[in-house]
Amino acid sequence: GGMAAAAALLLLLLLLLLAAAGPGPGRADAGRERRDALREELLLSPLPTGDVAATFQFRTRWDADLQRGAVSHYRLFPKALGRLVAALGVRELHLALTQGFWRTRYWGQPPLQAPAGAELWVWFQPTVTDVDKAWKELSNILSGIFCASLNFIDSTNTVIPTASFKPLGLANGTDHHLLRYAVLPREVVCTENLTPWKKLLPCGSKAGLAVLLKAERLFHSSYHSQAVHIRPICRDASCLAVSWELRQTLTVVFDFFSSGQGKKDWSLFKMFSRTLTDTCPLASQSKVYVDISPKNKENELLEVSPPPTSVHEAIVQGERKTYAVYDLLSPSLFNTSRSLNVQLKWQRPQDSSEMPIPTLHAQRYVGGYGLQTGQICTLIYNTHPYRAFPVLLLETVPWYLRLYVHTLTIITKGKENKPSYIHYQPAQDRRRPHLLEMLIQLPANSVTKITIQFERALLKWTEYPPDPNHGFYVGSSVLSALVPSVTAMKDMDVEQSPLFASLFPSSDGSSYFVRLYTEPLLVNLPTPDFSMPYNVICLTCTVVAVCYGSFYNLLTRTFHVEEPSRGGLAKRLANVIRKFRGVPPL
Amino acid sequence: AARSSVTSRYEMRYRSATAREEAALAAGTAREADAALHALQDTTLGSLTVYVVPETSSLLPQGVTVYVGRHRRALVRAGGSLAALQARLQEVAQVMSFRASSVAAALSDRVPDGQLGPDARRTLKSSLGYEITFSLLNPDPKSHTVDWDIEGAVNRFVKPVLDKLSLVANFSVDSQILYYAVLGVTPRYDKESSSFLLSAHSLPHVINPVEARLGSSAASLYPVLNFLLYVPERTHSPLYIQDKDGAPVSTNAFHSPRWGGIMVYNVEASTAPQASLPLHVDVDMARVMEVFLAQLRLLFGLSREEVPPEFLLESPGNEGLADWELDHLLWAHTVENIATVSTTLTSLAQLLDKIGNIVIKDDVASEVYRAVASVQSAVTKLSLGHLHAAFQASKEAVTCSERAFFDPSLLHLLYFPDDQKFAIYIPLFLPMAVPILLSLVKIVRETRLRRKEPTKMD
Repeated sequence: GGMAAAAALLLLLLLLLLAAAGPGPGRADAGRERRDALREELLLSPLPTGDVAATFQFRTRWDADLQRGAVSHYRLFPKALGRLVAALGVRELHLALTQGFWRTRYWGQPPLQAPAGAELWVWFQPTVTDVDKAWKELSNILSGIFCASLNFIDSTNTVIPTASFKPLGLANGTDHHLLRYAVLPREVVCTENLTPWKKLLPCGSKAGLAVLLKAERLFHSSYHSQAVHIRPICRDASCLAVSWELRQTLTVVFDFFSSGQGKKDWSLFKMFSRTLTDTCPLASQSKVYVDISPKNKENELLEVSPPPTSVHEAIVQGERKTYAVYDLLSPSLFNTSRSLNVQLKWQRPQDSSEMPIPTLHAQRYVGGYGLQTGQICTLIYNTHPYRAFPVLLLETVPWYLRLYVHTLTIITKGKENKPSYIHYQPAQDRRRPHLLEMLIQLPANSVTKITIQFERALLKWTEYPPDPNHGFYVGSSVLSALVPSVTAMKDMDVEQSPLFASLFPSSDGSSYFVRLYTEPLLVNLPTPDFSMPYNVICLTCTVVAVCYGSFYNLLTRTFHVEEPSRGGLAKRLANVIRKFRGVPPL
Repeated sequence: AARSSVTSRYEMRYRSATAREEAALAAGTAREADAALHALQDTTLGSLTVYVVPETSSLLPQGVTVYVGRHRRALVRAGGSLAALQARLQEVAQVMSFRASSVAAALSDRVPDGQLGPDARRTLKSSLGYEITFSLLNPDPKSHTVDWDIEGAVNRFVKPVLDKLSLVANFSVDSQILYYAVLGVTPRYDKESSSFLLSAHSLPHVINPVEARLGSSAASLYPVLNFLLYVPERTHSPLYIQDKDGAPVSTNAFHSPRWGGIMVYNVEASTAPQASLPLHVDVDMARVMEVFLAQLRLLFGLSREEVPPEFLLESPGNEGLADWELDHLLWAHTVENIATVSTTLTSLAQLLDKIGNIVIKDDVASEVYRAVASVQSAVTKLSLGHLHAAFQASKEAVTCSERAFFDPSLLHLLYFPDDQKFAIYIPLFLPMAVPILLSLVKIVRETRLRRKEPTKMD
């Protein structure tokens, strides 16, 4: 009781201090109207397992219409992406490059999840006549910009989802023929993808939050996901004009529990081996949020230092959260010390027995044995105590796994669960993958098991990738749902709320949108012995050569009948004895 | 490669001036006369009209014998013998169309090193289109907020030039602002002038780190012309570029052949204390664009330096280049296109000779035929002096030949070379060769023995 009161008092004092400092001098050049603005934000959230997730968001908003083609003078918006959007008629673009897997069951609901590997989904303008051509061209150009193998996106891994991916930005009409979606689960993400991503930031990695983006540390982590989202948004509340928004996000999960001798304490320096020293002069907002919401009531107490400039309370994804906010643009922050090194200490060692379980999570694996058939099992959990809700499942399976749709079973609580919407597009060999979309109702507090059987196809020997014994990846399946929230949410002003809460629009106060990805699968296909042809050639050649050699010898050798000149050793010995005896030799 | 030579032939027609032309020539100055003559009659591409005015005419200033107007007209002062006039006309024609050196510069990629001066390689290669990118580099956004009205400047200064050049190629213009982009060289501090200096020999190293930030044009294949405006950091201001002799360059700019140009724009040093940072800077676009347009002319090989002293050239005005300079570009680009096509087709033929298993599909073959036909028509039209038609044909030929050369179907079978086949057959051929070689050795030994035996018998 007393401790909490003291903390509250401290908070009040801080707020007072802040009020005394007042808003800093107008940063945005007074009187000069800027048509573009940059907001940057870092969200640090301790995860229930003891890991720490850091989510960077950089949002460039440009009050201009990129589509008109007349706009070709860029300031904060990167020219490479702007020209791409204008030239190819892109309405919305979402690209994510991810290494590792976000463990929703243990880490909780992520602000933004992405499937392992590369994911690209794009809505084109209705004016684009040949969407497939534009899609191909776009993936090739993006592959050049981000140094990723997006050029491997072709018709065999592209699908047109009918319901799962709705435009996130302004859209009139959602004709899904303008949408393309592809995942490359095998893509490995590394420094060469991070560098071009950083280059798109107006301040590069020279100032502001991006200083922390040190490749050496970012890839020494359990999960790394970087993304680019481009979408048109409303310029103001009346929504008469369009602005374009570029959101660059980067999420990284550091594992401190195992490397930090069982302590969950962390600091910016420990995570990134850098601290924040100055702000990006181009940013109109630059904030660090630290999630300090009490997890188990009074059980755990944590302490952040230095004292935050303010405290922000919000309901994010159905949970009441408290954030300590560091506003890098407030002049008081860098007055006391030259650099900002946010630290978090746990006052009491906490017991990790109780971990909050997210309302919606899922799991997927391959079942069966042998190399001929198998089955894909997906388990979807709804842990909400009393509310049922529907979930949209999107499954893309490559053509070389031949799905048997009649074996599709959906079982919840021992009973068959009939999906209310189902869209299945069968695969065509070497042309397109299977696409299965279902809307499934999840009863409260239930597990739903979805199984479907498949047969493995035999590939042509040139179709195998390098190292085929590693297995073939099947991309993550996508779960999209409006999850009912436990606590009611208020409608927030999107421009004012923190960035991490504003990419997915929340429809009403009672539920929030979640998109989850399951694990990618690794399936073994019957793989031939690739050295076999060469072995056969060698063996046959050797046999032929041996036969040829003896035949050649038979044909070319001349045979003489040769008189034995002198006998063997026995004969000579006998002759010597005979000589002694005076008998004529043999 | 066969030695090629370019011969120039002029078709001259003489007539006496019409009454209206006489009236126009009666104007006070040469410029007015040129404008009046242009109002009378338009000229066609590749043709020139030369007016011979009496020796005593006051149209031309003292000491000037030839006046070249903004369009395709020149005024020549009569004087001396007819032969001298003939020589002068010849010179006028060369200045206003092309001379051997400009054709050589257009072919500079095909001429061995050392035969041409450094200026010859400055001009851009002929292409169907160019992308012009203006980049403002602000390495120190903490101290300077730099604003430039690039949109207005492009419309006011660049657009008229590009409209005129649109006959030569397609142009697209864009601009960007790059922050924290620094030059690759740390400038040297000069105590005397209390300024920073970039010496001429360090300029080649300036561009590389900036280039990485400029970003390539992902959406098109045209060559990019970069024009950079560099506002030096506060700690390195003012910054001046020195030429080879150590004197400061008046424009504070330099250009890089076939790449673009860089201009250093110094911010007025303010005595204001640190607190008033960032300093707001509005770029004087007229000053900047003057330099960039001059660099653009240089990159297109439109230099006015090689003109004899008794020539007076009218300044091109707002359009940036005169009509006859446009002709000059077209002549050079047509010749260069024809040379490019012949090189492309020759190397395709050489490739086919070298790698026999390339498959030439019908559409590739038809592109080659079209390229050859177009290039032949370009050569014929060029020799007839139909400049515009020749240029169009040469463009068509370039497009076709490039399409044929870069057709992806050519690459399909390249990756099964002969040595792999050899590797597969070697397990067969090597063991089979052993008995054959052994019996060969035996035969040799036996013949040698047989040759020795008769001598023994003797």
